[in-house]
Amino acid sequence: MKIMVAIKRVVDYAVKIRVKPDKTGVVTENVKMSMNPFCEIALEEALRMRESGFASEVVAVTMGPSQSVDTLRTGLAMGADRGIHVEFASSLYPLSVAKILKKLVQIEKPHLLILGKQAIDDDCNQTGQMTAGLLNWPQGTFASKVVLDKEKQIATVDREVDDGIETVRLNLPAVITTDLRLNQPRYATLPNIMKAKSKPIKKFTPEELNVEIKSDMEIVQVTEPPKRKAGVILSSVDELIDKLKHEANVI
Amino acid sequence: GSTLVVAEHEGGVIKPNSLSALAAATCLPDRDSSVSLLLAGSGPSLHQAASHAASCHPSISQVLVADSDKFKNPLAEPWAKLVHLVQQIGGYSHIISASNSFGKNVMPRVAALLDVSPITDVTAISDSHTFVRPIYAGNALCTVRYTGANPCILTVRSTSFPVPQKVDSKSNEASISQVDLSTFNEDLGKSTYISQTSQDDERPDLGNARVVVTGGRALKSAENFKLIENLSKKLAGAVGATRAAVDAGFVPNDLQVGQTGKIVAPELYMAFGVSGAIQHLAGMRDSKVIVAVNNDADAPIFQVADYGLVGDLFEVIPELLEKLPEKK
Repeated sequence: MKIMVAIKRVVDYAVKIRVKPDKTGVVTENVKMSMNPFCEIALEEALRMRESGFASEVVAVTMGPSQSVDTLRTGLAMGADRGIHVEFASSLYPLSVAKILKKLVQIEKPHLLILGKQAIDDDCNQTGQMTAGLLNWPQGTFASKVVLDKEKQIATVDREVDDGIETVRLNLPAVITTDLRLNQPRYATLPNIMKAKSKPIKKFTPEELNVEIKSDMEIVQVTEPPKRKAGVILSSVDELIDKLKHEANVI
Repeated sequence: GSTLVVAEHEGGVIKPNSLSALAAATCLPDRDSSVSLLLAGSGPSLHQAASHAASCHPSISQVLVADSDKFKNPLAEPWAKLVHLVQQIGGYSHIISASNSFGKNVMPRVAALLDVSPITDVTAISDSHTFVRPIYAGNALCTVRYTGANPCILTVRSTSFPVPQKVDSKSNEASISQVDLSTFNEDLGKSTYISQTSQDDERPDLGNARVVVTGGRALKSAENFKLIENLSKKLAGAVGATRAAVDAGFVPNDLQVGQTGKIVAPELYMAFGVSGAIQHLAGMRDSKVIVAVNNDADAPIFQVADYGLVGDLFEVIPELLEKLPEKK
């Protein structure tokens, strides 16, 4: 049994991003790039499933320019068995990513596709749901716990929803997207980083997969959010209560 | 154009988040636009909600009701098929839903079935096809233009589209019609709803509260977190938490405020022992007044706070509890 995991290369979560002066996007030159944290959790979950005997192979997939291979290597160093890189020079919208993933699923025939619930760059939170829709597979989004029944081919998923935890049962094959509390991802160790260099990475282009990248959206501009006016540091609780009462009028 | 609002209901009324989606629909600048509201589920509360919807706002011209057990629970698979079916019949120019856990789960799946790109987490509408949404945890705002075929699918942030004021529009009640489900063939059984563990319902809803009191890792334990709860009670507010406080098990997940948790914009946001990671700021930076109490004077939270107090929260909160006026 096989698990496919989709991973994305993004600006590292700790970087304070800067908007480009010409408003076309954010500065990504000479900025630390990393695997999207939610994707790390997705990969970790797949690796644990393999280690517990549920799956025999974990395939990591990424899309984007040639540098995306670095992120794929990180995934291989964490423990993925092999990688697939779909090369595309510019960024892809989730609809295109979902179409490519559908094609890769048809080629690889995994029993489970696991993705992060969102990427911390565009914050879209769409790709897993869209891929599940295109495949007509059931989806368990925002997962905080996954229990697999190999015999019955069922995944029971706890989902973090607005008013608590919702539990759904999915017949495999299925799509799962991961929330923060699903697991604590491992670090790649130096020996594993070395080993990852010889793990196979298959390359495709969208054309080879017969996916037409159509764009039905364009970015008009990227701007900085309005700045909050500078606040004041107070010296006592009495002063705070006074300000809230008489200046802010909120209590 | 015509707009479909995909709405949720509870206890016979439309949920506030869905009313915000309706408010967003009325922001679409199209003079002869009409708004239809889709409700689904089964039982008497569905029909109560339909009559509530029909008279809750004059901009609603039609209420569509899909009455079936298949929609009793918010499963994405039947819901996406339903919206797809309703779109094929109605040919709407826009489909809008709230950007809550329901809308985030269902609407991208709908968009995939319709082969269009959805635009999620919209915070402003510039024109009928141009929208603003935050990216990078709200550290940048992205204006996007939708150039594809109909429908344009949006999920909207409730904090950016206030619930419309109650309008007594008994005189212009919208029509209520049933969605013809005879062609609805969802292959059931691929996914099954098991349960929902709801948390404490006594608290005001975090997303809609006027005051939010938030605690961070510095609270140190679930027991100490009661200080935050007591203060929020005193201010008739809701309790929030940072990711660190949730991860540490002080409070349940649905109290998390931030990029991946709840987005709040109350009149008063009070943060205790919150360092102010960008992921947390993403969830509360639009609050009207922000108060931060932290013993680290260099904590980034002070950069967004209107009022900062450098001090020990274990001293400050009891003093606040003692000195704050009782809420009527």
